[in-house]
Amino acid sequence: MIPANFTYHKASSLKDAIALAESLGEEAKYMSGGHSLLPMMKLRFATPEHIIDISKIQGLSFIKEEGDLLKIGAMTTQTEMEYSDLLRSKYPIFGDAIKLTADPSVRNVGTLGGNIAHGDAANDQPALMLAMRATVIAEGVDGQKSIPIDEFFHGFYMTALEPTDILVEIHIPKASKHSGGAYHKVERKVGDYATAGVAVYVELDDDGVCREIGIALTNVSAVPMRVDRAEELLRGKKITDDLIGQAGVFASEDCEPTSDLRGSEAYKRSLVDTITKRMLNKALERARQ
Amino acid sequence: MKHEITLTINGQSVTAEVDSRLLLVHFIRENLDLTGTHIGCDTSNCGACTILLNGKSVKSCTYLAVRADGAEITTIEGIAAEGTNHPIQQGFHDQHGLHCGFCTPGMIMRSIDLLNNNPNPTEEEIRWGISGNLCRCTGYNNIVKSIRQAAEEMQKEKETTV
Repeated sequence: MIPANFTYHKASSLKDAIALAESLGEEAKYMSGGHSLLPMMKLRFATPEHIIDISKIQGLSFIKEEGDLLKIGAMTTQTEMEYSDLLRSKYPIFGDAIKLTADPSVRNVGTLGGNIAHGDAANDQPALMLAMRATVIAEGVDGQKSIPIDEFFHGFYMTALEPTDILVEIHIPKASKHSGGAYHKVERKVGDYATAGVAVYVELDDDGVCREIGIALTNVSAVPMRVDRAEELLRGKKITDDLIGQAGVFASEDCEPTSDLRGSEAYKRSLVDTITKRMLNKALERARQ
Repeated sequence: MKHEITLTINGQSVTAEVDSRLLLVHFIRENLDLTGTHIGCDTSNCGACTILLNGKSVKSCTYLAVRADGAEITTIEGIAAEGTNHPIQQGFHDQHGLHCGFCTPGMIMRSIDLLNNNPNPTEEEIRWGISGNLCRCTGYNNIVKSIRQAAEEMQKEKETTV
């Protein structure tokens, strides 16, 4: 399969890329790793007239802690995150997710920024970003802006990014002494999108009371979703097995799955219930270490 | 629209004019006549088209040729000198790591990246490491053995050269 005709443009800097996008108009698309966009172009689900290659722009690939934040550059590949000592030691939720995202060769090219900017509720990183309360940093015609993750996902493949905006960086509150996260998805086979997936991030105070909690779901709604009701249930409390059970029920009730080849609606709700409970336990175990 | 690209493939510099939409796998097979890299699913599922791009395994059916400008590419034809076998090729030969052979070039290119990152992988790590490469003949057991043998051979080679 060969994509429909388009014109390729290589951007050498952010400024260059944004100027190109502005002059080419709405029929231009940015491409970073291209492992979501190019398959869609080959299947003619997407037919942009212009591709602006932003993968050669320097300085957008990094993982570091700075002040109160974990900062990850948008062009960081999934493989770079997988092998990052910092993420492995302090943010194991990334390892949970990345091992289950596509396959090693795809992860060599696919980027964090692309996974989020694509705006697909089937991708894994959006749920992680919601659970960890990330902020998206984007660069556009009017300079830089930060977008809270809760305002980022607007619809199916639609985000808060303007056509000329480039997602450049992700900011995540730095891990504290008693914080922990976990992610799991059920997939039919390696490389498949999630039948259902759940990301949990929890922060405890010194007495083991839940100070902050994030619970978010993959591929059981049109837009990546947070389970507010389960978060409210647990926030400010000592998390017990009963509360975990109730949170699983809330998540399974509030998600919006549809029956498809991956399973019936009822099966997916049941998966969400089970995975939510397991990930709450796993995140708590990590937070208590 | 045509773009001039220059890249290194199996140690040789190549300059060519390519269309925006030309896929890297077609460039390798049709323009360069290196047909050891196969096209299986053409949807980045099967891994038959795996090559090394700047040392990392990449599915060349899902990469635009124009984006490889300036890159260093290795295909199955470039991993060993004429008449010799790369340790991974030797492993596949000794352990019967192939039946029809269609997936083999991709499997071997992927395994090179895998062993670069993890020179002494466990069986489980090998199975996860080749999870993006499909084989419909062997049931994978002999492929895993082939990569294990290669890992041991390459470790030995490294020790003797140090």
